[in-house]
Amino acid sequence: MSEKEIKNLEQIFEAKIARDEKIEPKDWMPEKYRQTHIRQISQHAHSEIVGMLPEGNWITRAPSLRRKVALLAKVQDEAGHGLYLYSACETLGISRDELYEQLHSGKAKYSSIFNYPTLTWADMGAIGWLVDGAAIINQVPLCNTSFGPYARAMVRVCKEESFHQRQGYEIMLTLCNGTPEQKEMAQDALNRWWWPSLMMLGPTDDESVHTAQSMKWKLKRKTNDELRQQFIDQTVPQADILGITIPDPDLKWNEETGHYDFGPIDWDEFWQVVKGHGPCNKERISARVNAWNNGEWVRDAAMAYAEKQEAKKVEKAS
Amino acid sequence: MTEKKNWPLWEIFVRSKNGLEHRHFGSLHAADAEMAMENARDVYTRRNEGVSIWVVESKHITASNPEENGEFFEPAADKVYRHPTFYELPDELKHM
Repeated sequence: MSEKEIKNLEQIFEAKIARDEKIEPKDWMPEKYRQTHIRQISQHAHSEIVGMLPEGNWITRAPSLRRKVALLAKVQDEAGHGLYLYSACETLGISRDELYEQLHSGKAKYSSIFNYPTLTWADMGAIGWLVDGAAIINQVPLCNTSFGPYARAMVRVCKEESFHQRQGYEIMLTLCNGTPEQKEMAQDALNRWWWPSLMMLGPTDDESVHTAQSMKWKLKRKTNDELRQQFIDQTVPQADILGITIPDPDLKWNEETGHYDFGPIDWDEFWQVVKGHGPCNKERISARVNAWNNGEWVRDAAMAYAEKQEAKKVEKAS
Repeated sequence: MTEKKNWPLWEIFVRSKNGLEHRHFGSLHAADAEMAMENARDVYTRRNEGVSIWVVESKHITASNPEENGEFFEPAADKVYRHPTFYELPDELKHM
């Protein structure tokens, strides 16, 4: 294809997105669109998969059967979300194996919040409330993104996600209505998860390299700073109901803007964790790599069995 | 070393209730049809989203090429007489 022809196709493509038409896998798309989507959708899928680990840590120690089945169901949903997203990503021409390889080698990123440890049961509450809360704010606009398979996967994810946040908040509520020690545990979890949750919504707008392009392709509808403000505004009253304190001395309602003002975020910490120096980066990746390697014989055996059954069928027919 | 064989890709279609058609829900990897069926149940119908599932190995689907959409769907483009609004009838005539 000549350069002029590509230019022409690109114009048609951009116009399609501007008209709110969806792009489907076999449609022509600029290479940069394909690569950006592979990067974002796979990061999203990896986050769902790695996100199971901090919570998996507490399944066997859940304080009651009710909490245990709920946590199990939540973690199973996350596996499901990872699978929807991997499938959507594969429609762009990358294989599942390549995607895993990118995660395991560290080439692909996942949400850095999962590199923090889950020290107490209250962390299950804080994760559901704050981490899933921030995820919902990030994900709802993606239900309308331009790439069809991603948008459809997100519709399904968002439908399931609200149970996650409610189960987390209920855990916090129970602890906050419990003994002083239990309430203290809830406060401690909030203290540890608050700032990482704010970072989860991404670098500030002036530092975010992909925002402009992503807005054009409707991979983003609001900027990171807008999403963060929305998260803070909706979460502060929820903390008030719990009767615990958000660990930010600068947090206060601003009558003029109609939003909460908040203190500076420690972006050095964020970049350290992104670069692999968070408390659990190594542990998370090695858990994934081990699961993949130790499962290899199961995958091979299932494939060998399927082939054998297929061969039997052919033999019978002939 | 023998060539590594990965689980093939399957397309999943779910009928959400009787009276509705099976609709494409997504895809997944599985070694065979039976496993695809069980995985489809766990991945796509965790909340009673379906009463019937079809699984089809993706390689068996033949798809039209969007790059040829112009020529391919062109025959229908100029046949307005296939639509009821093409026919001019008096206003007095109701319900037709």
